[in-house]
Amino acid sequence: MSLLERLFANVWFTAAVKVVAAFALLLVAVILLVWIERKIVADMQNRIGPNRAGPWGMLQTVADGLKLLFKESVVPRKVELGIYLAAPIAAMVPAFLIFMVIPIGRPFTIGETAVTLQVTDLNIALLFVLAMSSLAVYAVVLAGWASGSKYPLLGGVRATAQMISYEAAMGLALVPVVLLASAQSAGDVGLGTMSLSRIVELQQGSFRWMIPGWFVFWLAPSFVLYFIAAVAETNRAPFDLVEAESELVGGYHTEYSGFRFALFYLAEYLNMFNVSALAVTLFFGGWLGPDFGLPPWIAWVMPLFWFFLKTFLLVFLFIWLRATLPRLRYDQLMDLGWKRLIPLALVWLMLFALVTAFRTWGAPWTEALG
Amino acid sequence: MPQTDLSAYLPIALMFVLVVGFSVVSLFLARLVAPRHPTPEKVEPYECGIVPLQEPVQRFPVKFYLVAMLYVIFDIEIVFLFAWAASFDDLGWYGLAAVGLFTFLLIETLVYVWRRGALDWNLPRRRRYQRAGAAAGDAERTAA
Repeated sequence: MSLLERLFANVWFTAAVKVVAAFALLLVAVILLVWIERKIVADMQNRIGPNRAGPWGMLQTVADGLKLLFKESVVPRKVELGIYLAAPIAAMVPAFLIFMVIPIGRPFTIGETAVTLQVTDLNIALLFVLAMSSLAVYAVVLAGWASGSKYPLLGGVRATAQMISYEAAMGLALVPVVLLASAQSAGDVGLGTMSLSRIVELQQGSFRWMIPGWFVFWLAPSFVLYFIAAVAETNRAPFDLVEAESELVGGYHTEYSGFRFALFYLAEYLNMFNVSALAVTLFFGGWLGPDFGLPPWIAWVMPLFWFFLKTFLLVFLFIWLRATLPRLRYDQLMDLGWKRLIPLALVWLMLFALVTAFRTWGAPWTEALG
Repeated sequence: MPQTDLSAYLPIALMFVLVVGFSVVSLFLARLVAPRHPTPEKVEPYECGIVPLQEPVQRFPVKFYLVAMLYVIFDIEIVFLFAWAASFDDLGWYGLAAVGLFTFLLIETLVYVWRRGALDWNLPRRRRYQRAGAAAGDAERTAA
């Protein structure tokens, strides 16, 4: 056994390497993401955008982060100090943890040891993602409440109602994915149909002729519902009522300045990246894609390339939405969540379950009649 | 193959420590290098630049509680649905019928709540506007 192989056979070593790599990857992704968003929005508004720090302004985010590090962090008089200080960290944790369960490339082997390009392959990965995105609400509500100021309080309460409403819609939109995975792996019970690596594997092959077997071709309504809910869940325009600056100043992070604000900002962009990566994994075949018969020493890059390409295409959709749509009014937002998305998701789920049942088992009366 | 033993959660624990560590260290670093000059006006709660005239109110409309309670019901529904969807093929038509009944009851609940106006955000105000609008329309018609 080579040294590398022996090291990767060690659980602790593998875990540590993967965690550090994922952390670095997420930071780089966010740095690029913020820059890309500012550039694209600038282009759409006929401006130039950041172009000073680094090539094409790519290091603007790093410069902004450093600037925030050297800025004064004002702690207002009326805050609940402990909760006020803990809230930015509470926002960071779920944002980083969600990415842990998303597979970003094809598993490979070093000697005998299999290494997955996924930090951890939970059998309940999807449930874990939902749990973490529920925890993300705490940061917002605690930050809003602990600031002891009226705008953060209103922003925090609004954000909480918005996030839990769309959390319900998002959860309902994702049930058909598990259902389809379960129906497709019929006979292989216990393989874990909530595992994201398993869901990606099930999307291999092609659906018809050249069309890949991605779940989106079965579950397009689910994807649309999920995407709308995800935009609201991450508090992005046109659902960014949390920080509706014309009425709420900065929303729940009005009283945060300096690097504490930077942490909230980082978590927000991470969440956008995470929900896009999750959509790619569940609906667009994750890292699957052609490798054009490239030689093996370069072909292993292709799954990573496809994963990030798909993810950034979805992120572009987020940015496009932001540049295009005006903000909703709060009652419209709640109407959309409770009166449109949730009933639609329920009806679509039942319809899809019925169709899948007929496709998988045939009509229940044939047995009785025949 | 997904891992089923508890060691799958080791990276999550490590990441938790790493993220909290990163946040704490960077905040500590910021404390070291950032200036601190608090003045009485600066540490007041934000009020668009002026010194606040009144203390912030720590109360908010009951509507938000209603949404939270509805969310609890729907979240439990989702938990049940995920458990059913994961073993969809095992449970067969029986499972589908049972979940169908359950979902029907849930949709019925949603309809009830909807009809009672719990999902309308600004209902009294909207009704008032509607009535005012109708009255204004009547007045115009009589005038013409």
